[in-house]
Amino acid sequence: MKNSIIIFKKQIKDTGKNVALLIQFIMFPLMAVIMENAIQLDNMPEHFFAGLFAVMHIGMAPLNVTTAIISEEKEKNTLRMLLFANIKPTEYLIGIGGYVFSACMVGTVIFDILFGHRGKEFIIFLLIMAAGILVSMLLGAVIGIWSKSQIAATTISTPVMMVFAFLPMIAMFNDTIAKVADIAYSQHIQILLNSVGTGTTPEPKNLIVIAVSMAIAAGGFIFAYRKCGLA
Amino acid sequence: MEKVIEITQVTHRFGDKEVLKEISLSVERGEIIGLLGPSGAGKTTLIKIITGQLRPTSGTVRLAGYDMTKPDKDVYNKIGMMMDNFGLYERLSCYDNLKLYADIYQIGSERITEVLKWVGLYEDRKCPAQKLSKGMKGRLMLARAVLHRPEILFLDEPTSGLDPATTRRIHDMIMNMRSEGMTIFLTTHNMVEAEKLCKHVALLHEGSIVEYGVPEEINRRYNHMNKLRLRLYDGTMTELPNTEEAADAVREYLLHRQIETIHSTEPNLEAVFMELTGRSLVDRDEGTVWD
Repeated sequence: MKNSIIIFKKQIKDTGKNVALLIQFIMFPLMAVIMENAIQLDNMPEHFFAGLFAVMHIGMAPLNVTTAIISEEKEKNTLRMLLFANIKPTEYLIGIGGYVFSACMVGTVIFDILFGHRGKEFIIFLLIMAAGILVSMLLGAVIGIWSKSQIAATTISTPVMMVFAFLPMIAMFNDTIAKVADIAYSQHIQILLNSVGTGTTPEPKNLIVIAVSMAIAAGGFIFAYRKCGLA
Repeated sequence: MEKVIEITQVTHRFGDKEVLKEISLSVERGEIIGLLGPSGAGKTTLIKIITGQLRPTSGTVRLAGYDMTKPDKDVYNKIGMMMDNFGLYERLSCYDNLKLYADIYQIGSERITEVLKWVGLYEDRKCPAQKLSKGMKGRLMLARAVLHRPEILFLDEPTSGLDPATTRRIHDMIMNMRSEGMTIFLTTHNMVEAEKLCKHVALLHEGSIVEYGVPEEINRRYNHMNKLRLRLYDGTMTELPNTEEAADAVREYLLHRQIETIHSTEPNLEAVFMELTGRSLVDRDEGTVWD
């Protein structure tokens, strides 16, 4: 646990100086704050932008940042050096994962405030977001572990990120795409997020798709880790 | 003397290619051993096997008593590594790069200050690693490698591509560490560096050790010419046999104060390597800065 905290602190310092990664954490929460306050159209659902950007936040930040951190450490051999200093792979992953999860959850709190949730609703919203962030982080870790370089990692992570971040939005305008989006965890995260505080009960299908996605991502992570190792 | 590194009959293959062939080598505590060979000789592969990064196809490696074919994690507290491809956190300062490892090894901040002063980077402690010159990065990696006071230090081409002043500075640091009792395993293709620093050298060629011993003894062993080479003040060069028959001629030169320089003709490690393998230690297109 001590070593995970050391890695966590290291990542705070490192990302604090990495503007490209910092932007990923704050971009969608910031855009949501601006759009929610700047644009009000007739017939527009309440908190439309907050809901839209919350799902984009889930699809983009944890996936891209996890991929970027792991692939950079692999490429520059800093990760290998950490393992030589007796940092266990699990300690490293917990440290990095803990950092990405915490940073993404800060953005999540902003979305929660924009929705105006209170008490139990506030917690449920956080839990739904946390589930989506975890799936994205696992996908990001798979790509980061699998890739031999940062460029190779970005080549894979960008299209994957675009699919999961933007599919729910595009599905609003196209029925065919909506059918495809029905198997994406981000689509069902959006449905659950929009149901918070409305009194509607989520369908079992929403939870099943998210659970299956998490199981597949975890399975992919275990496979990639066993196949490629960390360094 | 206690042996801290024992390599026995190590062979390693990448696919069908045999990159190390039955290497056997032992290193005593407190000595500097140099593994000398050109690029592609297998130096880095051997260092990876010794440090447990690679498992050999066959053979055994013991490091500080630990079996490195199945390395125990505790062994990594006893070794330090400065490898050319072991990166630094480029955005973090020199101090923060060391602080990370000081926290892992549970070392106080006074030790960070001590090693930063030792490698001459204390004034640059707040400078991000990405803004350091190559020589400064090398010194920072050396500081990181010795931060936890390891028993055995692995240096992979520590001065490759560095300017003469930085090279000399790193050599002084290495000698300083040896005087403190550290065992140092050095790979290099710089024969001057090897002769200057190492108690023993092993010449590695295409995965095999072709010669091993004390540098001066190796050079003497291959002194087939055994001549004296004189440069006179009038600019002429002359060679005499290194025997009693030349004594009178040398005496005459000395009496007439004609000798500007006088050297024996024993070869250096570069020449020995050339004789043994037919190729140079240094690929000429590498542009290595020699001391």
